[in-house]
Amino acid sequence: MSANPKAVDHYDIDGVWRDFPILAREVHGRPLVFLDSAASSQRPRPVIDAVDTYEKLHHANVHRGVHQLSQEATSMFEHARERVRAFVNAASTREVIFTRGTTESINLVAQSYARSRLTPGDEILLTALEHHANIVPWQLVAEQTGAVVRAVPMDKRGVVSLEAFTASLGPRTRIVACAHVSNALGTVLPVHEITRLAHAHGAVVLLDGAQAVPHQRVDLAKLDCDFYAFSAHKMYGPTGIGVLVGRESLLDAMPPWQGGGDMILTVSFEKTTYNTLPFKFEAGTPNISGAVGLGAAIDYIEKLGIDRIHAHEQRLLAIATDKLARVPGLNIIGTAPDKAAVISFTLDGIHPHDLGTILDAEGVAVRTGHHCAMPVMEFFDVPATARASFACYSRESDIDALVDALARAREVFS
Amino acid sequence: MDLKDLYREVILDHNKSPRLFGRLDPADSSADGHNPLCGDRLHVSLRLDGDRVSDLRFDGKGCAISVASASMMCEAVKGKSRGEISRLFHEVHEVLTKHDTAVPEDLGKLAALSGVREFPVRVKCASLCWHTLNAALERSAATVQTE
Repeated sequence: MSANPKAVDHYDIDGVWRDFPILAREVHGRPLVFLDSAASSQRPRPVIDAVDTYEKLHHANVHRGVHQLSQEATSMFEHARERVRAFVNAASTREVIFTRGTTESINLVAQSYARSRLTPGDEILLTALEHHANIVPWQLVAEQTGAVVRAVPMDKRGVVSLEAFTASLGPRTRIVACAHVSNALGTVLPVHEITRLAHAHGAVVLLDGAQAVPHQRVDLAKLDCDFYAFSAHKMYGPTGIGVLVGRESLLDAMPPWQGGGDMILTVSFEKTTYNTLPFKFEAGTPNISGAVGLGAAIDYIEKLGIDRIHAHEQRLLAIATDKLARVPGLNIIGTAPDKAAVISFTLDGIHPHDLGTILDAEGVAVRTGHHCAMPVMEFFDVPATARASFACYSRESDIDALVDALARAREVFS
Repeated sequence: MDLKDLYREVILDHNKSPRLFGRLDPADSSADGHNPLCGDRLHVSLRLDGDRVSDLRFDGKGCAISVASASMMCEAVKGKSRGEISRLFHEVHEVLTKHDTAVPEDLGKLAALSGVREFPVRVKCASLCWHTLNAALERSAATVQTE
Protein backbone atom coordinates (compact mmCIF):
# COMPACT_ATOMS: atom_id res chain seq x y z
CA MET A 1 0.00 0.00 0.00
CA SER A 2 1.00 3.63 0.08
CA ALA A 3 2.10 3.37 3.70
CA ASN A 4 5.19 5.44 4.35
CA PRO A 5 6.96 3.91 7.38
CA LYS A 6 8.50 7.26 8.26
CA ALA A 7 5.09 8.90 8.41
CA VAL A 8 3.86 6.13 10.73
CA ASP A 9 6.84 6.68 13.02
CA HIS A 10 5.82 10.27 13.48
CA TYR A 11 2.22 9.42 14.19
CA ASP A 12 1.60 10.25 17.84
CA ILE A 13 -1.02 7.60 18.50
CA ASP A 14 -1.13 8.16 22.24
CA GLY A 15 -1.72 11.88 21.73
CA VAL A 16 -4.42 11.18 19.15
CA TRP A 17 -6.07 8.65 21.48
CA ARG A 18 -6.14 11.26 24.26
CA ASP A 19 -7.88 13.73 21.93
CA PHE A 20 -11.00 11.54 22.11
CA PRO A 21 -12.42 11.87 25.64
CA ILE A 22 -14.89 8.98 25.29
CA LEU A 23 -12.08 6.47 24.74
CA ALA A 24 -11.00 6.88 28.36
CA ARG A 25 -14.28 5.55 29.74
CA GLU A 26 -14.99 2.10 31.02
CA VAL A 27 -17.63 -0.37 29.87
CA HIS A 28 -18.81 -3.10 32.24
CA GLY A 29 -15.91 -2.24 34.51
CA ARG A 30 -13.32 -2.67 31.77
CA PRO A 31 -11.45 -0.15 29.63
CA LEU A 32 -13.41 0.60 26.46
CA VAL A 33 -11.89 -0.86 23.30
CA PHE A 34 -13.82 0.80 20.51
CA LEU A 35 -13.61 -1.11 17.24
CA ASP A 36 -16.84 0.05 15.64
CA SER A 37 -15.76 3.24 13.91
CA ALA A 38 -17.13 2.14 10.54
CA ALA A 39 -20.61 2.41 12.07
CA SER A 40 -19.86 5.77 13.64
CA SER A 41 -16.56 7.24 14.72
CA GLN A 42 -15.98 9.07 18.00
CA ARG A 43 -15.39 12.84 18.25
CA PRO A 44 -12.17 14.54 19.27
CA ARG A 45 -12.17 17.42 21.75
CA PRO A 46 -11.73 20.12 19.03
CA VAL A 47 -14.99 19.00 17.38
CA ILE A 48 -16.85 18.86 20.71
CA ASP A 49 -15.47 22.30 21.59
CA ALA A 50 -16.33 23.84 18.22
CA VAL A 51 -19.95 22.74 18.51
CA ASP A 52 -20.05 23.86 22.15
CA THR A 53 -18.65 27.32 21.32
CA TYR A 54 -21.08 27.72 18.45
CA GLU A 55 -24.04 26.85 20.71
CA LYS A 56 -22.84 29.08 23.54
CA LEU A 57 -21.81 32.15 21.58
CA HIS A 58 -22.90 32.28 17.95
CA HIS A 59 -26.18 30.50 17.31
CA ALA A 60 -28.91 32.14 15.23
CA ASN A 61 -30.59 31.18 11.97
CA VAL A 62 -28.47 31.38 8.84
CA HIS A 63 -28.97 33.38 5.63
CA ARG A 64 -31.79 35.39 7.19
CA GLY A 65 -31.12 38.09 9.74
CA VAL A 66 -29.08 41.24 9.44
CA HIS A 67 -28.27 41.02 13.13
CA GLN A 68 -24.81 40.15 14.37
CA LEU A 69 -25.49 36.57 15.55
CA SER A 70 -27.14 35.60 12.28
CA GLN A 71 -24.15 36.94 10.40
CA GLU A 72 -21.77 35.01 12.64
CA ALA A 73 -23.75 31.78 12.26
CA THR A 74 -23.96 32.25 8.49
CA SER A 75 -20.28 32.91 8.26
CA MET A 76 -19.41 29.79 10.30
CA PHE A 77 -21.85 27.65 8.29
CA GLU A 78 -20.43 28.84 4.97
CA HIS A 79 -16.89 28.52 6.25
CA ALA A 80 -17.63 24.86 6.95
CA ARG A 81 -18.85 24.47 3.37
CA GLU A 82 -15.58 25.87 2.07
CA ARG A 83 -13.65 23.51 4.37
CA VAL A 84 -15.56 20.57 2.85
CA ARG A 85 -14.95 21.83 -0.68
CA ALA A 86 -11.22 22.15 -0.14
CA PHE A 87 -10.97 18.81 1.67
CA VAL A 88 -12.41 16.77 -1.21
CA ASN A 89 -11.20 19.21 -3.89
CA ALA A 90 -14.61 20.04 -5.33
CA ALA A 91 -14.69 22.71 -8.02
CA SER A 92 -16.84 25.21 -6.15
CA THR A 93 -18.93 25.61 -2.97
CA ARG A 94 -21.93 25.76 -5.32
CA GLU A 95 -21.39 22.02 -5.75
CA VAL A 96 -21.33 21.29 -2.00
CA ILE A 97 -24.80 20.57 -0.62
CA PHE A 98 -25.35 19.88 3.06
CA THR A 99 -27.72 16.99 3.73
CA ARG A 100 -28.57 14.84 6.75
CA GLY A 101 -26.03 12.26 5.67
CA THR A 102 -24.99 9.87 2.93
CA THR A 103 -28.43 8.26 2.85
CA GLU A 104 -30.20 11.57 2.22
CA SER A 105 -27.58 12.55 -0.37
CA ILE A 106 -28.27 9.39 -2.37
CA ASN A 107 -32.03 9.82 -2.04
CA LEU A 108 -31.68 13.39 -3.29
CA VAL A 109 -29.95 12.21 -6.45
CA ALA A 110 -32.41 9.35 -6.94
CA GLN A 111 -35.44 11.61 -6.60
CA SER A 112 -34.23 14.85 -8.15
CA TYR A 113 -31.89 13.60 -10.85
CA ALA A 114 -33.01 10.08 -11.68
CA ARG A 115 -36.77 10.25 -11.28
CA SER A 116 -37.35 12.86 -13.98
CA ARG A 117 -34.91 11.27 -16.42
CA LEU A 118 -35.38 7.51 -16.26
CA THR A 119 -37.81 5.77 -18.57
CA PRO A 120 -39.07 2.17 -18.49
CA GLY A 121 -36.26 -0.27 -19.25
CA ASP A 122 -33.44 2.12 -18.32
CA GLU A 123 -30.89 0.49 -16.04
CA ILE A 124 -29.37 1.58 -12.75
CA LEU A 125 -26.18 -0.37 -12.16
CA LEU A 126 -25.05 -1.05 -8.58
CA THR A 127 -22.53 -3.55 -7.25
CA ALA A 128 -23.09 -6.67 -5.15
CA LEU A 129 -21.46 -5.16 -2.07
CA GLU A 130 -23.58 -2.04 -1.62
CA HIS A 131 -24.96 -0.77 1.68
CA HIS A 132 -28.77 -0.72 1.80
CA ALA A 133 -28.58 3.09 1.51
CA ASN A 134 -27.21 2.66 -2.00
CA ILE A 135 -29.78 0.00 -2.96
CA VAL A 136 -33.18 0.99 -1.64
CA PRO A 137 -33.30 4.61 -2.99
CA TRP A 138 -32.68 3.16 -6.45
CA GLN A 139 -35.34 0.49 -6.01
CA LEU A 140 -37.79 3.23 -5.07
CA VAL A 141 -37.01 5.29 -8.16
CA ALA A 142 -37.09 2.14 -10.29
CA GLU A 143 -40.63 1.48 -9.07
CA GLN A 144 -41.58 5.06 -9.87
CA THR A 145 -40.10 5.09 -13.38
CA GLY A 146 -40.10 1.50 -14.63
CA ALA A 147 -36.31 1.45 -14.61
CA VAL A 148 -34.44 -1.71 -13.66
CA VAL A 149 -31.86 -2.13 -10.87
CA ARG A 150 -28.95 -4.44 -11.63
CA ALA A 151 -25.85 -5.35 -9.63
CA VAL A 152 -22.31 -6.10 -10.79
CA PRO A 153 -21.30 -9.44 -9.21
CA MET A 154 -18.26 -9.77 -6.93
CA ASP A 155 -15.89 -12.68 -6.42
CA LYS A 156 -15.24 -14.76 -3.30
CA ARG A 157 -12.75 -12.19 -2.00
CA GLY A 158 -15.30 -9.41 -2.22
CA VAL A 159 -13.66 -7.88 -5.28
CA VAL A 160 -15.68 -6.18 -8.01
CA SER A 161 -13.47 -6.53 -11.06
CA LEU A 162 -13.40 -4.13 -13.98
CA GLU A 163 -14.12 -7.11 -16.25
CA ALA A 164 -17.30 -7.85 -14.31
CA PHE A 165 -18.19 -4.18 -14.31
CA THR A 166 -17.67 -3.82 -18.06
CA ALA A 167 -19.70 -6.95 -18.70
CA SER A 168 -22.57 -5.51 -16.66
CA LEU A 169 -22.70 -2.19 -18.51
CA GLY A 170 -25.54 -2.37 -20.99
CA PRO A 171 -26.97 -0.16 -23.73
CA ARG A 172 -29.61 1.04 -21.27
CA THR A 173 -27.30 1.74 -18.30
CA ARG A 174 -28.05 5.35 -17.34
CA ILE A 175 -26.76 5.54 -13.79
CA VAL A 176 -23.90 3.77 -12.03
CA ALA A 177 -24.08 3.96 -8.25
CA CYS A 178 -21.36 2.25 -6.27
CA ALA A 179 -19.49 2.34 -3.00
CA HIS A 180 -16.02 3.81 -2.93
CA VAL A 181 -15.24 1.50 0.02
CA SER A 182 -17.45 -1.39 1.20
CA ASN A 183 -18.64 -0.99 4.80
CA ALA A 184 -19.17 -4.73 5.29
CA LEU A 185 -16.02 -6.07 3.61
CA GLY A 186 -13.58 -3.18 3.47
CA THR A 187 -13.04 -3.62 -0.29
CA VAL A 188 -11.76 -0.47 -1.99
CA LEU A 189 -13.38 -0.30 -5.41
CA PRO A 190 -11.53 0.84 -8.54
CA VAL A 191 -13.69 3.96 -8.72
CA HIS A 192 -11.44 5.94 -11.07
CA GLU A 193 -11.69 3.24 -13.72
CA ILE A 194 -15.36 2.57 -12.99
CA THR A 195 -16.12 6.26 -13.48
CA ARG A 196 -14.11 6.41 -16.70
CA LEU A 197 -15.81 3.30 -18.14
CA ALA A 198 -19.27 4.49 -17.12
CA HIS A 199 -18.72 7.93 -18.64
CA ALA A 200 -17.44 6.40 -21.87
CA HIS A 201 -20.74 4.54 -21.84
CA GLY A 202 -22.75 7.73 -21.34
CA ALA A 203 -23.83 6.89 -17.78
CA VAL A 204 -23.82 9.24 -14.81
CA VAL A 205 -21.83 8.08 -11.75
CA LEU A 206 -22.67 8.40 -8.06
CA LEU A 207 -20.12 7.22 -5.52
CA ASP A 208 -21.02 6.40 -1.92
CA GLY A 209 -17.96 7.73 -0.14
CA ALA A 210 -19.13 7.26 3.46
CA GLN A 211 -16.38 4.71 4.22
CA ALA A 212 -13.71 6.35 2.08
CA VAL A 213 -13.53 10.02 3.07
CA PRO A 214 -12.36 9.41 6.69
CA HIS A 215 -9.64 6.96 5.68
CA GLN A 216 -7.96 8.01 2.45
CA ARG A 217 -7.44 11.10 0.34
CA VAL A 218 -10.43 11.78 -1.90
CA ASP A 219 -9.75 14.15 -4.79
CA LEU A 220 -12.97 14.79 -6.68
CA ALA A 221 -11.23 16.74 -9.43
CA LYS A 222 -9.27 13.58 -10.22
CA LEU A 223 -12.14 11.17 -9.62
CA ASP A 224 -14.41 13.11 -11.99
CA CYS A 225 -17.59 11.35 -10.79
CA ASP A 226 -20.89 13.21 -11.09
CA PHE A 227 -22.10 12.82 -7.52
CA TYR A 228 -20.20 11.97 -4.34
CA ALA A 229 -21.94 11.38 -1.00
CA PHE A 230 -20.56 11.12 2.54
CA SER A 231 -21.43 11.60 6.21
CA ALA A 232 -19.82 13.67 8.97
CA HIS A 233 -20.28 11.14 11.75
CA LYS A 234 -17.96 8.59 10.18
CA MET A 235 -15.20 11.21 9.96
CA TYR A 236 -15.11 12.39 13.59
CA GLY A 237 -17.94 14.90 13.10
CA PRO A 238 -21.51 15.02 14.43
CA THR A 239 -24.46 12.86 13.39
CA GLY A 240 -27.27 14.25 11.26
CA ILE A 241 -25.09 16.06 8.76
CA GLY A 242 -23.57 14.92 5.50
CA VAL A 243 -22.66 16.13 2.08
CA LEU A 244 -23.60 15.66 -1.52
CA VAL A 245 -21.08 17.02 -3.98
CA GLY A 246 -22.56 17.22 -7.45
CA ARG A 247 -21.42 18.39 -10.85
CA GLU A 248 -22.69 21.94 -11.17
CA SER A 249 -24.17 21.52 -14.65
CA LEU A 250 -26.23 18.56 -13.45
CA LEU A 251 -27.33 20.21 -10.19
CA ASP A 252 -28.37 23.31 -12.13
CA ALA A 253 -30.63 21.29 -14.39
CA MET A 254 -32.16 19.27 -11.54
CA PRO A 255 -35.47 20.29 -9.95
CA PRO A 256 -35.48 21.03 -6.21
CA TRP A 257 -36.16 17.95 -4.12
CA GLN A 258 -37.73 19.47 -1.04
CA GLY A 259 -39.46 22.84 -0.85
CA GLY A 260 -39.35 25.39 1.94
CA GLY A 261 -37.41 28.31 3.25
CA ASP A 262 -33.82 29.01 2.20
CA MET A 263 -34.23 27.25 -1.16
CA ILE A 264 -36.23 30.10 -2.76
CA LEU A 265 -35.54 33.60 -4.08
CA THR A 266 -39.12 34.83 -4.33
CA VAL A 267 -42.42 33.17 -3.47
CA SER A 268 -45.88 34.18 -4.56
CA PHE A 269 -48.92 31.97 -4.91
CA GLU A 270 -48.55 32.20 -8.69
CA LYS A 271 -44.85 31.55 -9.08
CA THR A 272 -41.83 30.72 -6.97
CA THR A 273 -38.29 31.21 -8.17
CA TYR A 274 -35.70 28.91 -6.71
CA ASN A 275 -32.49 29.93 -5.05
CA THR A 276 -29.12 29.42 -6.65
CA LEU A 277 -26.81 26.51 -5.88
CA PRO A 278 -26.21 25.06 -3.39
CA PHE A 279 -29.18 26.59 -1.52
CA LYS A 280 -31.72 25.23 -4.02
CA PHE A 281 -31.24 21.85 -2.36
CA GLU A 282 -31.18 23.04 1.25
CA ALA A 283 -34.80 23.66 2.17
CA GLY A 284 -35.46 24.68 5.75
CA THR A 285 -33.12 25.61 8.56
CA PRO A 286 -30.05 23.44 8.16
CA ASN A 287 -28.03 21.58 10.79
CA ILE A 288 -25.81 24.58 11.52
CA SER A 289 -23.99 23.21 14.56
CA GLY A 290 -23.49 19.96 12.64
CA ALA A 291 -21.82 21.81 9.79
CA VAL A 292 -19.62 23.66 12.27
CA GLY A 293 -18.66 20.32 13.82
CA LEU A 294 -17.94 18.85 10.39
CA GLY A 295 -15.69 21.79 9.58
CA ALA A 296 -13.81 21.22 12.84
CA ALA A 297 -13.55 17.50 12.07
CA ILE A 298 -11.93 18.31 8.73
CA ASP A 299 -9.52 20.67 10.49
CA TYR A 300 -8.67 17.84 12.87
CA ILE A 301 -8.13 15.30 10.08
CA GLU A 302 -5.92 17.74 8.19
CA LYS A 303 -3.92 18.47 11.31
CA LEU A 304 -3.13 14.75 11.60
CA GLY A 305 -2.82 14.41 7.84
CA ILE A 306 -5.18 12.11 5.93
CA ASP A 307 -2.24 10.27 4.36
CA ARG A 308 -0.73 9.60 7.79
CA ILE A 309 -4.11 8.42 9.10
CA HIS A 310 -4.31 6.12 6.09
CA ALA A 311 -0.82 4.74 6.73
CA HIS A 312 -1.59 4.23 10.43
CA GLU A 313 -4.81 2.36 9.70
CA GLN A 314 -3.22 0.23 6.99
CA ARG A 315 -0.52 -0.80 9.44
CA LEU A 316 -3.20 -1.80 11.96
CA LEU A 317 -5.11 -3.67 9.26
CA ALA A 318 -2.03 -5.74 8.41
CA ILE A 319 -1.34 -6.53 12.08
CA ALA A 320 -4.97 -7.34 12.85
CA THR A 321 -5.35 -9.52 9.75
CA ASP A 322 -2.27 -11.46 10.77
CA LYS A 323 -3.28 -11.88 14.42
CA LEU A 324 -6.91 -12.75 13.68
CA ALA A 325 -5.90 -15.28 11.03
CA ARG A 326 -4.10 -17.17 13.82
CA VAL A 327 -7.23 -17.42 15.99
CA PRO A 328 -8.47 -21.03 15.64
CA GLY A 329 -11.76 -21.27 13.76
CA LEU A 330 -11.78 -17.63 12.68
CA ASN A 331 -12.76 -16.88 9.08
CA ILE A 332 -12.16 -13.45 7.60
CA ILE A 333 -14.96 -12.47 5.22
CA GLY A 334 -13.67 -10.08 2.58
CA THR A 335 -10.08 -10.57 1.49
CA ALA A 336 -9.68 -8.06 -1.32
CA PRO A 337 -6.06 -7.05 -1.95
CA ASP A 338 -7.03 -3.39 -1.67
CA LYS A 339 -8.90 -2.98 1.62
CA ALA A 340 -9.76 -0.27 4.10
CA ALA A 341 -9.16 -1.01 7.80
CA VAL A 342 -12.28 -3.12 8.24
CA ILE A 343 -12.27 -6.82 9.14
CA SER A 344 -15.49 -8.82 8.97
CA PHE A 345 -15.22 -12.28 10.44
CA THR A 346 -17.02 -15.29 11.79
CA LEU A 347 -15.87 -17.72 14.46
CA ASP A 348 -16.75 -21.40 14.00
CA GLY A 349 -19.39 -22.62 16.42
CA ILE A 350 -20.23 -19.19 17.83
CA HIS A 351 -22.95 -17.07 16.30
CA PRO A 352 -21.86 -13.45 15.68
CA HIS A 353 -24.61 -12.22 17.98
CA ASP A 354 -23.25 -14.28 20.90
CA LEU A 355 -19.77 -13.11 20.01
CA GLY A 356 -20.90 -9.47 20.16
CA THR A 357 -22.32 -9.95 23.65
CA ILE A 358 -19.23 -11.72 24.97
CA LEU A 359 -16.85 -9.15 23.47
CA ASP A 360 -19.00 -6.37 24.92
CA ALA A 361 -18.72 -7.92 28.38
CA GLU A 362 -14.95 -7.65 27.90
CA GLY A 363 -15.28 -3.96 26.99
CA VAL A 364 -14.65 -4.60 23.29
CA ALA A 365 -17.16 -2.88 20.98
CA VAL A 366 -17.52 -4.49 17.55
CA ARG A 367 -20.44 -4.44 15.19
CA THR A 368 -22.32 -7.70 14.76
CA GLY A 369 -25.11 -8.27 12.30
CA HIS A 370 -25.65 -7.82 8.59
CA HIS A 371 -24.10 -4.32 8.45
CA CYS A 372 -27.01 -3.01 6.38
CA ALA A 373 -25.72 -5.17 3.56
CA MET A 374 -27.98 -8.23 3.54
CA PRO A 375 -27.12 -9.16 -0.08
CA VAL A 376 -23.46 -9.39 1.00
CA MET A 377 -24.36 -11.77 3.86
CA GLU A 378 -26.42 -13.82 1.44
CA PHE A 379 -23.51 -14.01 -1.01
CA PHE A 380 -21.13 -15.31 1.64
CA ASP A 381 -23.88 -17.55 3.04
CA VAL A 382 -23.59 -16.24 6.61
CA PRO A 383 -26.49 -14.85 8.65
CA ALA A 384 -24.25 -12.14 10.03
CA THR A 385 -20.63 -11.35 10.77
CA ALA A 386 -18.69 -9.61 13.49
CA ARG A 387 -16.81 -6.58 12.23
CA ALA A 388 -13.84 -4.79 13.72
CA SER A 389 -13.09 -1.43 12.15
CA PHE A 390 -10.24 0.96 12.83
CA ALA A 391 -9.84 4.72 12.91
CA CYS A 392 -7.17 7.33 13.50
CA TYR A 393 -7.31 6.64 17.27
CA SER A 394 -7.12 2.84 17.14
CA ARG A 395 -4.13 1.26 18.85
CA GLU A 396 -2.25 -1.98 18.44
CA SER A 397 -3.32 -2.85 21.99
CA ASP A 398 -6.95 -2.72 20.80
CA ILE A 399 -6.17 -5.64 18.49
CA ASP A 400 -4.65 -7.61 21.37
CA ALA A 401 -7.72 -6.88 23.49
CA LEU A 402 -9.90 -8.19 20.66
CA VAL A 403 -7.84 -11.37 20.32
CA ASP A 404 -7.99 -11.94 24.10
CA ALA A 405 -11.75 -11.38 24.11
CA LEU A 406 -12.13 -13.89 21.26
CA ALA A 407 -10.24 -16.44 23.36
CA ARG A 408 -12.68 -15.71 26.19
CA ALA A 409 -15.59 -16.33 23.81
CA ARG A 410 -14.17 -19.71 22.88
CA GLU A 411 -13.81 -20.46 26.57
CA VAL A 412 -17.47 -19.62 27.28
CA PHE A 413 -18.57 -21.88 24.43
CA SER A 414 -16.07 -24.68 25.03
CA MET B 1 -23.36 -8.30 34.19
CA ASP B 2 -22.13 -11.85 34.30
CA LEU B 3 -21.71 -13.89 31.15
CA LYS B 4 -22.16 -17.12 33.15
CA ASP B 5 -25.66 -15.93 33.97
CA LEU B 6 -26.51 -15.63 30.28
CA TYR B 7 -24.67 -18.65 28.94
CA ARG B 8 -25.70 -21.18 31.59
CA GLU B 9 -24.78 -24.84 31.16
CA VAL B 10 -28.28 -25.82 30.13
CA ILE B 11 -28.37 -23.10 27.44
CA LEU B 12 -25.00 -24.09 26.02
CA ASP B 13 -26.12 -27.71 26.05
CA HIS B 14 -29.36 -27.03 24.18
CA ASN B 15 -27.45 -24.86 21.69
CA LYS B 16 -24.97 -27.64 21.02
CA SER B 17 -27.54 -30.42 20.85
CA PRO B 18 -30.94 -28.91 20.08
CA ARG B 19 -33.88 -31.15 21.00
CA LEU B 20 -36.86 -31.67 18.67
CA PHE B 21 -34.84 -30.20 15.83
CA GLY B 22 -36.21 -30.66 12.33
CA ARG B 23 -39.53 -30.41 10.53
CA LEU B 24 -42.76 -32.36 10.80
CA ASP B 25 -44.08 -33.53 7.47
CA PRO B 26 -47.00 -33.50 7.28
CA ALA B 27 -47.71 -30.83 9.87
CA ASP B 28 -51.02 -29.32 10.90
CA SER B 29 -49.49 -25.87 11.01
CA SER B 30 -46.16 -24.10 10.72
CA ALA B 31 -44.70 -20.62 10.77
CA ASP B 32 -41.44 -18.81 10.05
CA GLY B 33 -39.86 -16.35 12.42
CA HIS B 34 -37.20 -13.85 11.44
CA ASN B 35 -35.20 -11.38 13.48
CA PRO B 36 -33.76 -9.04 10.87
CA LEU B 37 -31.47 -7.38 13.43
CA CYS B 38 -29.26 -10.44 13.83
CA GLY B 39 -30.41 -12.58 10.93
CA ASP B 40 -31.95 -15.33 13.08
CA ARG B 41 -34.43 -17.51 11.22
CA LEU B 42 -36.61 -20.17 12.81
CA HIS B 43 -39.23 -22.51 11.46
CA VAL B 44 -41.74 -24.15 13.81
CA SER B 45 -44.00 -26.97 12.64
CA LEU B 46 -46.56 -28.72 14.82
CA ARG B 47 -49.28 -31.34 14.97
CA LEU B 48 -52.47 -30.86 16.93
CA ASP B 49 -54.61 -33.31 18.79
CA GLY B 50 -57.73 -31.29 19.45
CA ASP B 51 -56.62 -28.41 21.64
CA ARG B 52 -53.22 -29.91 22.35
CA VAL B 53 -49.90 -29.65 20.55
CA SER B 54 -49.20 -33.35 20.26
CA ASP B 55 -45.83 -32.90 18.54
CA LEU B 56 -43.63 -30.13 17.24
CA ARG B 57 -40.21 -29.43 15.75
CA PHE B 58 -38.11 -26.38 15.06
CA ASP B 59 -35.22 -25.73 12.75
CA GLY B 60 -33.28 -22.75 11.51
CA LYS B 61 -30.19 -20.75 12.21
CA GLY B 62 -29.59 -18.45 15.08
CA CYS B 63 -27.49 -17.46 18.05
CA ALA B 64 -27.11 -19.70 21.08
CA ILE B 65 -29.85 -17.90 22.97
CA SER B 66 -32.41 -18.28 20.20
CA VAL B 67 -31.54 -21.92 19.45
CA ALA B 68 -31.51 -22.94 23.13
CA SER B 69 -34.72 -21.07 23.81
CA ALA B 70 -36.43 -22.79 20.88
CA SER B 71 -35.14 -26.19 21.92
CA MET B 72 -36.31 -25.77 25.54
CA MET B 73 -39.62 -24.32 24.38
CA CYS B 74 -40.34 -27.31 22.17
CA GLU B 75 -39.66 -29.69 25.07
CA ALA B 76 -41.77 -27.62 27.43
CA VAL B 77 -44.87 -27.21 25.26
CA LYS B 78 -45.10 -30.67 23.72
CA GLY B 79 -48.38 -32.20 24.85
CA LYS B 80 -49.73 -28.96 26.30
CA SER B 81 -52.99 -27.21 25.44
CA ARG B 82 -53.28 -23.80 23.81
CA GLY B 83 -54.25 -22.25 27.14
CA GLU B 84 -51.32 -23.85 28.98
CA ILE B 85 -48.91 -22.69 26.26
CA SER B 86 -50.27 -19.18 26.40
CA ARG B 87 -49.78 -19.05 30.19
CA LEU B 88 -46.26 -20.44 29.84
CA PHE B 89 -45.35 -17.84 27.23
CA HIS B 90 -46.65 -15.12 29.53
CA GLU B 91 -44.46 -16.42 32.37
CA VAL B 92 -41.39 -16.71 30.14
CA HIS B 93 -41.96 -13.22 28.82
CA GLU B 94 -42.16 -11.82 32.36
CA VAL B 95 -38.96 -13.62 33.31
CA LEU B 96 -37.21 -12.28 30.20
CA THR B 97 -38.22 -8.67 30.61
CA LYS B 98 -39.01 -7.84 34.25
CA HIS B 99 -36.13 -7.41 36.64
CA ASP B 100 -38.12 -7.81 39.83
CA THR B 101 -40.09 -10.89 38.78
CA ALA B 102 -39.45 -13.98 40.82
CA VAL B 103 -38.85 -16.98 38.56
CA PRO B 104 -41.91 -19.26 38.83
CA GLU B 105 -41.04 -22.73 40.12
CA ASP B 106 -43.02 -24.56 37.45
CA LEU B 107 -40.86 -23.11 34.65
CA GLY B 108 -38.37 -25.95 34.90
CA LYS B 109 -35.48 -25.66 32.45
CA LEU B 110 -36.97 -22.49 30.97
CA ALA B 111 -35.92 -20.71 34.17
CA ALA B 112 -32.39 -20.74 32.73
CA LEU B 113 -33.51 -17.93 30.45
CA SER B 114 -33.81 -15.53 33.37
CA GLY B 115 -30.20 -14.41 32.81
CA VAL B 116 -31.27 -12.84 29.52
CA ARG B 117 -32.97 -9.94 31.30
CA GLU B 118 -29.57 -8.49 32.19
CA PHE B 119 -28.91 -8.25 28.43
CA PRO B 120 -31.85 -6.26 27.03
CA VAL B 121 -30.70 -6.45 23.39
CA ARG B 122 -30.87 -10.24 23.61
CA VAL B 123 -34.49 -10.53 24.78
CA LYS B 124 -35.68 -10.71 21.17
CA CYS B 125 -33.39 -13.68 20.56
CA ALA B 126 -35.05 -15.65 23.35
CA SER B 127 -38.61 -14.68 22.46
CA LEU B 128 -38.41 -15.24 18.69
CA CYS B 129 -39.35 -18.93 18.97
CA TRP B 130 -42.37 -18.17 21.13
CA HIS B 131 -43.67 -15.60 18.66
CA THR B 132 -43.13 -18.11 15.87
CA LEU B 133 -45.00 -20.81 17.79
CA ASN B 134 -47.81 -18.34 18.45
CA ALA B 135 -48.01 -17.54 14.74
CA ALA B 136 -48.28 -21.25 13.93
CA LEU B 137 -50.99 -21.73 16.55
CA GLU B 138 -52.94 -18.67 15.37
CA ARG B 139 -52.70 -19.88 11.79
CA SER B 140 -54.12 -23.25 12.78
CA ALA B 141 -56.88 -21.53 14.76
CA ALA B 142 -57.74 -19.38 11.73
CA THR B 143 -57.85 -22.49 9.56
CA VAL B 144 -60.16 -24.21 12.00
CA GLN B 145 -62.48 -21.23 12.01
CA THR B 146 -62.78 -21.01 8.25
CA GLU B 147 -63.51 -24.68 7.78
